[in-house]
Amino acid sequence: MPRSFKNEKDPWIQMLEIKNLHACVEDNEILKGVNLTIKAGEVHSIMGPNGSGKSTLAQVLAGRDTYEVTQGEILFKGKNILDMEPNERACEGMFLAFQYPVEIPGVGTAYFLRAALNAVRKHRGQEELDAADFLEYVKDKMSVVDMDAKLLQRSVNEGFSGGEKKRSEIFQMAVLEPSMAILDETDSGLDIDALKIVADGVNSMRNPERSFLVITHYQRLLNYIVPDYVHVLIDGRIVRSGGKELALELEEKGYSHINAPMAGSTA
Amino acid sequence: MIELMQEQDTYSAVFARMETETLDGGPEALLSLRKDAMQHFEELGFPTTKDEQWLYTNVSAIAKTTFCPATRPDVAVDAATLERESFAGCGFHRLVFVNGFFASELSDTTELDDKVTVISLTDALKQQPDTVMAHLAQYADYKTHAFAALNTAFMEDGAFIHVPKGVVVDKPIQLLFITVPNNETSNEPIVVHPRVLIITGESSQVTVLESYVGLGEQVYFTNAVTEIALGENAVIDHYKVQRESTKAYHIATMQLNQQRASNGASHVTSLGGDIVRNNINVVLDGEGCNCNLSGLYIPRGKQHVDNHLLVDHAKAHCDSREFFKGILDDDAHAVFTGKIIVRKDAQKTDGKQTNRNLLLSDSARVDTNPQLEIFANDVKCTHGATIGQLDDDALFYLKTRGIETEAARSLLIYAFASEILDEIKIEAVREQVNNILLDRLPQGDRFRGFKGLQ
Repeated sequence: MPRSFKNEKDPWIQMLEIKNLHACVEDNEILKGVNLTIKAGEVHSIMGPNGSGKSTLAQVLAGRDTYEVTQGEILFKGKNILDMEPNERACEGMFLAFQYPVEIPGVGTAYFLRAALNAVRKHRGQEELDAADFLEYVKDKMSVVDMDAKLLQRSVNEGFSGGEKKRSEIFQMAVLEPSMAILDETDSGLDIDALKIVADGVNSMRNPERSFLVITHYQRLLNYIVPDYVHVLIDGRIVRSGGKELALELEEKGYSHINAPMAGSTA
Repeated sequence: MIELMQEQDTYSAVFARMETETLDGGPEALLSLRKDAMQHFEELGFPTTKDEQWLYTNVSAIAKTTFCPATRPDVAVDAATLERESFAGCGFHRLVFVNGFFASELSDTTELDDKVTVISLTDALKQQPDTVMAHLAQYADYKTHAFAALNTAFMEDGAFIHVPKGVVVDKPIQLLFITVPNNETSNEPIVVHPRVLIITGESSQVTVLESYVGLGEQVYFTNAVTEIALGENAVIDHYKVQRESTKAYHIATMQLNQQRASNGASHVTSLGGDIVRNNINVVLDGEGCNCNLSGLYIPRGKQHVDNHLLVDHAKAHCDSREFFKGILDDDAHAVFTGKIIVRKDAQKTDGKQTNRNLLLSDSARVDTNPQLEIFANDVKCTHGATIGQLDDDALFYLKTRGIETEAARSLLIYAFASEILDEIKIEAVREQVNNILLDRLPQGDRFRGFKGLQ
């Protein structure tokens, strides 16, 4: 359901506009014309079966260069970001919580995160934080996802359990305070307790200036992070959009039910 | 072949000339040793890439160059250089050698325990010839290794370290080998044959650092041999930081013989040199020994670095570990050979070899060759080697957090190296290598002062 915005004068009310986005990897077209508009403060969810292009969309938004964008554009806060490096997008306020967070042996989490935060702060014209100020700053953020401070002393994601990795992604999001957060299957593989912690973390960060794109395979997550809109991505296209009740319908009837009536109209 | 004969002849002629002049000092037995070594060198000749031990390292450039023996240089080493290279303020005991010659005025062993001997090899041959001759050339095999033979024939000077039974040496002993042009007007390539002999008694403990430094960018040849006789239950931590001129040739043999329950460690950092070969040979000649060999090499340009390890498990219940990492840029070439031999009686051997390489350019090359030769039946040996580029997934991950490309690359390179830097237990030395690494990284300054990036 569209919500009423208090910030209608905000020039970034169109947080993200994806227009006719086509992307391929090695001549294999995966995204075949995605259209999606996300306004400031909205939470959108993308659901879809395996191989429909959900993760590709997330990676393309973040700037992964293994995918070639062949058509279309992505406007983030009104700026075309297709020519931007991933770090430039991050500095502009884009954040991707990875489906499979990468282990980086030898790079301490605290160091990594401070380098990241300072890069973003520098871009925003804020003062960089030294080690002591940084620790003070992250203390609060750790409580968002109930993170153990010991994880800060370990190498990035190395030896983290599945749940720790996903929580760490949300923790990083809390630290970097993005305006557009993409969560790529952050719920997959989590037990219900961990799922609630992650969802609570996300919900605590919802505000009128921040938007979320929640990519998930399972309807379960949407009981905890309630989206404003749900989109169904099949074979590289959004074939149906609706409110949160669409997720329930999918749960009940499956994707084949959705796909069939749309096939004719999208051809 | 004819060419090779000529190359050896050069050394033979020089040997014949020097035999009656400079080389006949010291005990009679030494001159016989030199002659024997020279004879073996003449028979062996310089190795070629047809030799299995030298498959990937071509030393013809060394064989073809006419090097003149170094003479005592008239170029002084200035105070600032000495202060920098000798870790002033850390209180290391040190012997300094310039072009292979002992420089007593630059050395400092005043704070050393009276029971410990740290003197030049020349002095040792005068003061305790019997002890020296009982050990000299008893470990490093000059009969099958041409470069060891060459060193044994020509060794001018070097270090003699003796740590008696039960003595623990408090601070590291640094052996600083500085090479400068032969004199101010000449750039003639010189050859230096440094020789180090370390003898340690039962339950003693010592840390030795060999630093090789080239001042200037001249061509020269360092052909070093270090022999260590490690006593029962004794501990040695041996470090080498090699920062020769990038045009220099550095061939070194480190021979470590360990007695029962001893604990030997060697760490080699290779930064300089045009052609570099580190032969590291260990014989675990008593039960219950522990041996830890590690190293880092960071060649770039056209540098060639070859680490050639041989660990001979002669007795049972010994553990050995080889852990080497390389970061290669430009057209650099690295070779790693790690061989573990487990003799028939060496049951319960635990041997582990690891060699990891990071290639920063498409034209860099690595040949890695872990080998196991096992004759016992109850042993545990593992080996692993990797050659890879920076992980794209990790780079992307860092960039999506706002870290720019160059910084992300540097961070990953530094993280790769930090694991091996941690093997250096002398803080000042670790800091030195750390700083050299950071100097080479784009935006390396960002990481200065961070320990292990934690």
